[in-house]
Amino acid sequence: MLRLEPRADASRLMRYLSPLIAVALMLIGGLALFAALGKDPLEGFRVYFLNPLRDLYGLSELLLKATPLMLIAMGLSVGFRANVWNIGAEGQFIMGGVAASAIALYFIESDSGWVLTGMVLAGALGGMAWAAIPAFLRTLFNTNEILTSLMLVYIAQLAVSWLVHGPMIDPDGFGFPQSKMFEDSALLPELLGGTRLNAAFPMALTALGLGYVFLQRSFMGFQMRVAGESEPAARYAGFAARRMIWVGFLAGGALAGIAGMAEVAGPMGQLTTHLSNNYGFAAIIVAFIARLNPVGIFFASLLMALLYLGGEQAQQYLGLPSSISNVFQGLLLLCLLGADVLINYRLRWKPAEAG
Amino acid sequence: MNDAPTARLELRGITKTYPSVVANDRVSLKVMPGEIHAVLGENGAGKSTLMKVIYGVTHPGAGEILWEGERVRIRNPAHARALGIGMVFQHFSLFETLTVVENVALALELSGDLGLLARQIEQVSEKYGLPVDPRRRVHALSVGERQRVEIIRCLLQKPKLLIMDEPTSVLTPGAVQKLFETLRQLAAEGCSILYISHKLDEIQQLCHVATVLRDGRVTGECVPANETPESMARLMIGKALPVPELRPHSPGAPRLQVAGLSRDSDDPFGVELQDIHLDVRAGEIVGIAGVSGNGQKELLLALSGEEPLAERYPIRIDGVEAGRMGPRARRRLGLGFVPEERLGRGAVPSLSLAFNGLLTAHGQGLLRHGLIRFAAMRAFARRCIERFDVRCGGAEAAARSLSGGNLQKFIMGREILQSPGVLIVAQPTWGVDVGAAAFIRQQLIDLAASGTAILVISEELEELFEICDRLMVIAGGRLSPSRRVSETSIEEIGLWMSGLWPGADGQATVERADAAS
Repeated sequence: MLRLEPRADASRLMRYLSPLIAVALMLIGGLALFAALGKDPLEGFRVYFLNPLRDLYGLSELLLKATPLMLIAMGLSVGFRANVWNIGAEGQFIMGGVAASAIALYFIESDSGWVLTGMVLAGALGGMAWAAIPAFLRTLFNTNEILTSLMLVYIAQLAVSWLVHGPMIDPDGFGFPQSKMFEDSALLPELLGGTRLNAAFPMALTALGLGYVFLQRSFMGFQMRVAGESEPAARYAGFAARRMIWVGFLAGGALAGIAGMAEVAGPMGQLTTHLSNNYGFAAIIVAFIARLNPVGIFFASLLMALLYLGGEQAQQYLGLPSSISNVFQGLLLLCLLGADVLINYRLRWKPAEAG
Repeated sequence: MNDAPTARLELRGITKTYPSVVANDRVSLKVMPGEIHAVLGENGAGKSTLMKVIYGVTHPGAGEILWEGERVRIRNPAHARALGIGMVFQHFSLFETLTVVENVALALELSGDLGLLARQIEQVSEKYGLPVDPRRRVHALSVGERQRVEIIRCLLQKPKLLIMDEPTSVLTPGAVQKLFETLRQLAAEGCSILYISHKLDEIQQLCHVATVLRDGRVTGECVPANETPESMARLMIGKALPVPELRPHSPGAPRLQVAGLSRDSDDPFGVELQDIHLDVRAGEIVGIAGVSGNGQKELLLALSGEEPLAERYPIRIDGVEAGRMGPRARRRLGLGFVPEERLGRGAVPSLSLAFNGLLTAHGQGLLRHGLIRFAAMRAFARRCIERFDVRCGGAEAAARSLSGGNLQKFIMGREILQSPGVLIVAQPTWGVDVGAAAFIRQQLIDLAASGTAILVISEELEELFEICDRLMVIAGGRLSPSRRVSETSIEEIGLWMSGLWPGADGQATVERADAAS
């Protein structure tokens, strides 16, 4: 009989190695999956993981996809540190995108440089407003924020659908559910000619830098860490639990909202129903693989972006369904959770006891 | 087989090594049937490890165990229980959300009639003077009550060997005597008892034989009745027991004032605080004695600010009305607080000592513009480690890697280094070895001499008598008048602990009536 036995000492080294082990296991699992689907595993690996990186355009796409993940995961990590479980970044992302679009469309005649600034602010505020709902319900009625923030995702998705079918629809768009294309003044400047990589990427790096200072160096970040590790200790020290719920949700909402803004003002160039690629949920996996650490978020976002791009390649060249990237994401999370269990427990083979 | 009686339990050369330390080094001992055998040693001497080996929680690296003359390998606690070994742990293993009777049923792997089991529990609790309501949920029980559940749970199994790990720390003097009667009665019935303690007077009173451990090795075996506390202390800590040095002082102005503090408990089994009045003056140490579960927890939450009051007036710190303030605001007024639970409340287990210093001492110049000054933070922790003789792996050591006594020294040091005007300490030396306990008491005395008002809530009467100027008793959520230590006695305070002090309305609950007996 296999049994899990708690370890006396959890290895610090393994805490950081376990995400890497999870990635390796995901790769092995993925190759086995290719084989099971009748594809050559090595060819599958090449198409999925190497193809997207073969040229500069591929690399720029990787950074482009990683940008929203970095932003969202950074924001979520602030709350997750204090066990504030914001699962609704997807909804906050959408609402940030909606609010930014509203500015872009309202000032569509303007060519002022302030339009973009306004859009960034609107994106952040839109995400924060959406995140404030579960925070408010939690602090006032002690509702479970996991449920409320998740349910608000679906409300956001329906709301954006209503908007692009109604109030924000492009009147000259032949009835397609999408807004007008934004003017150049409402689009993020591109960084590299011939690629779609835009100014959101340096914004994400800045967010990671600020997040690092907040989580690792600031007293508020310390308080959130204490609250996450030991709630009675936080109460003993007098760290206000409500403030942490608000900080966690508002940080998550603001960065998810900015990510949403970057999507409509970047690769999309307009508001549509499918402005998100499930970034809000993928970012949760990113945050955990990164151990809520900003440096880790950078690399985990790149990996997750690669899974997105590889999925597209696999669709094109291997004839696999688009859900393949979800399968890889799920596999990665599963392997990470499994590896994490083994940090604190060891597997022991025990013969069944007589009597 | 020879004629000599067979030992109930014999250990030969038990060695247990952990990655960083040797917890037991060739430990041998022999427990005869009906013998009360003390295992004496400081915290960290290897007593608990040895007991875990006997109870099958861990397995020795070397050495053998003989149970009634036969070599055994004790696989796990269930196996130990099947052999007839019962253990009352120092750290309780109860499920908080279940009732007492459900916990007992789970531990004994019983199913079926809980009502019958509840009656058995009541019988045992009555017979052995361990009052507890079988239908209450464990989360609502105090530390003392939880321990009673553990003891009852063991006794229900009619063990042949009962291991008791520091069982008396939460009992009144009367209840301790009653427990001793129980243990003697059990021994007379043929049950062997392994009694783990660092309290020399208890061991002298109760135990037939004592095995003394130091640093994982047996340093002596003695008959406690033939020894003096000094000679046993020397075996245990390798030197004579330090005696606290009292400093003459005269109390100054009141620094902590509590006037008319009443509060209902949110918890249906909690204790309602009723019209508490107390003053602690500068330079004074005031003690509150009482059996645990009589309102200490509630009073401490109200005083620390973890659960602020609805009104301002009942609590004043240096004259400022602080009733509605949270812990941080009260700290800014000069309040220091050392809680009973060190790991998980007084300190965050996974964080380093440096960060645990920051937990409450952030006002000591450890911050700038909301950012942590790491160098200052580490320096503070190092100062605390050095001045309070905390044995640890340095400021970066995780709080959970420290022994209970060393963590308590660190927490105490963290609060004292902030030069509090008022210091509230709960159970200053609970589970702390004698050497560290003496050190902590001396620190409290020295701090009072510097003008701090100190309130100590403790269940150890000897300790309160040793360091306090005045004593009060809490019982059933009411606070007795205060008595100067020089004008009272352990007997009088012990009686008061049952709620019977002059002017008390004398309505005694079951628990209080029993504590008096």
